[in-house]
Amino acid sequence: MAILVGEHTRVLVQGITGYQGEFHTARMLEFGTRVVAGVTPGKGGTQVHGVPVFDTVEEAVEETDANASCVFVPARFAKDAALEAIAAGLDPVVVITEHIPVHDAIAIVDFARRRGVHLIGPNCPGITAPERCKIGIMPSHLFRRGPVGLLSRSGTLTYEIVAGLSRAGIGQSTAVGMGGDPIVGMSFVELLELFERDGETEAIVLVGEIGGAAEEEAARYIREHVRKPVVAYVAGRTAPPGKRMGHAGAVISGTEGTAQAKVEALQQVGVAVAELPTQVPELVARALGR
Amino acid sequence: MRLHEYQAKELFAAYGIPVQRGVVVDRAEDVLTLDLRYPVVLKAQVLVGGRGKAGGVQLAATPEEAREKAARILGMEIRGERVRRLLVVEAARIDREYYLAFVVDRSSRRLTLVASAEGGVDIEEVARRTPERIVKLAVDPALGFHPFHGRWVARRLGLSGPVLGQFAEVSCNLYRLACERDAELAEINPLALCEGRWLAVDAKLVVDDNARPRQPDLPADEETTELERMAREYDLSYVELDGDIAIIGNGAGLVMSTLDMVAHFGGRPANFLDVGGGASTEAMRRALDIVLRKPGVRALFINIFGGITRCDDVARAIASAPPPVPTSIRLTGTNEEEGRRILEQAGIFAFTDPEEAARRAVALARGH
Repeated sequence: MAILVGEHTRVLVQGITGYQGEFHTARMLEFGTRVVAGVTPGKGGTQVHGVPVFDTVEEAVEETDANASCVFVPARFAKDAALEAIAAGLDPVVVITEHIPVHDAIAIVDFARRRGVHLIGPNCPGITAPERCKIGIMPSHLFRRGPVGLLSRSGTLTYEIVAGLSRAGIGQSTAVGMGGDPIVGMSFVELLELFERDGETEAIVLVGEIGGAAEEEAARYIREHVRKPVVAYVAGRTAPPGKRMGHAGAVISGTEGTAQAKVEALQQVGVAVAELPTQVPELVARALGR
Repeated sequence: MRLHEYQAKELFAAYGIPVQRGVVVDRAEDVLTLDLRYPVVLKAQVLVGGRGKAGGVQLAATPEEAREKAARILGMEIRGERVRRLLVVEAARIDREYYLAFVVDRSSRRLTLVASAEGGVDIEEVARRTPERIVKLAVDPALGFHPFHGRWVARRLGLSGPVLGQFAEVSCNLYRLACERDAELAEINPLALCEGRWLAVDAKLVVDDNARPRQPDLPADEETTELERMAREYDLSYVELDGDIAIIGNGAGLVMSTLDMVAHFGGRPANFLDVGGGASTEAMRRALDIVLRKPGVRALFINIFGGITRCDDVARAIASAPPPVPTSIRLTGTNEEEGRRILEQAGIFAFTDPEEAARRAVALARGH
């Protein structure tokens, strides 16, 4: 089993006719993802890589039984698109779009919660269950199927660590890029819960970064509820305080949110924390008793 | 983006939040002709914290005293930031100081009200020492923030009588401002009770950078260096650091871990630069232009893991204008083979392994 997606997942791509939507639809199809529909208002009736395009999510679901969404719609229209997917009951809804205003993200996340929909993102690379389903933009060739569940606040750092694991012969059950913005749909805690329950996952890799308190919350949850081994890496040890590093996820201020505090919180609950991303595979191998 | 106090207070006034009468000046002699009731308070307009302790806020009883003190403050540098402007306000008779803010809270994933009867001091310190003195309320976005919420908070601050209802009004106005102006933080510290009425004595407003396109009235950003501003115009996130190895990467997490790797192997990064998702050839060219403008750069480290960014786009930018400093490139991910082919044709080598590439960058900066 994987978490959140699998062979049953029928993906609808919102913004399929755009530059990124079109390109990554092709990559998803190559991966073996069942991309069954696309939506771009005004372009209904056309096709992209053989996938039928509809004007509305409602129509696409009626015609194709799509049950999950991948949103590539530009930031200005992304809130509307994500709300449309949630209203139609698609689950999960994966929002790739970056630069969505934080007040829009609050509204999207709140609506998803009310409807019981798993929202991944915004500003995320998506979710990949090797050999079964990929929703989003992760480079396909990095993955191999196996026992590691990976959850990460950073997109490219996810690729880095997945690539390292695969090279070391360690496959993945599911990799989830949660998104780098301050407000995202799914937290470490919710994903840890799913990975702990998942039969295929034997070890968990948590990739964090400076800013916020999500890693500290994860540490508290791990102490109480997670029996599987957890390996972590936290980016930003050398980031100067008060500087904003790229996306809003990476801001340190005051005493909360430094890499040091996060690393200590995780180590205190028995998590093996790597100093460099390249050290993660070795720590995972040890955790798996290899 | 953080606004100056005077800019935030202009918005406060527009949203019905009471502020002192005041004028902004940039020359000391201008204070002599102001139509203000004395005594006045002169406040340095800087974006760094700690201006009070640095002497950037002073009371003056007469126009002459105000001119003297204005001249002193206008020449000051507070934690590296030059004081260019002063806000001069009529001094208020403050009876009691409170704290009120709306902040985007990552944990509750909501805009959250934070209030305290311990105002005028560092709120993080209050939260650490006496967390029971902090009132928090995560606002249900579907419901919004209403006067009854404000009264609920006011009661917990120990307020009663007419000021309770007025507090609710101030908090509703601040909520409306935060939502309509896309604030990540809208803070009044202190929110003062002055002879039975509320006054926002200070104002802090941080506007979400992602919302800039729909907030066209915002003033120009002064928080950043010139290169940082240039980068923003190009839609790149760039932060200047004090080392000698220029860094370009894609994705904030990857770039941060690149800085960590360089430091781990004994190098010093000159900057943080994230070309962002889906970086085009053009974006990469601009990124190269910006990081190499910084004086004292001895080496360049490009660390690209293609996802939505395509390695061939990156390679085209590098090949079309090979960097003038020793460069270590790490290139892998989407369209990697095409990217490598383009670089090879231009006689440029690229690593696959990030650690090897980081070691190389550090060695290059040392002249090896």
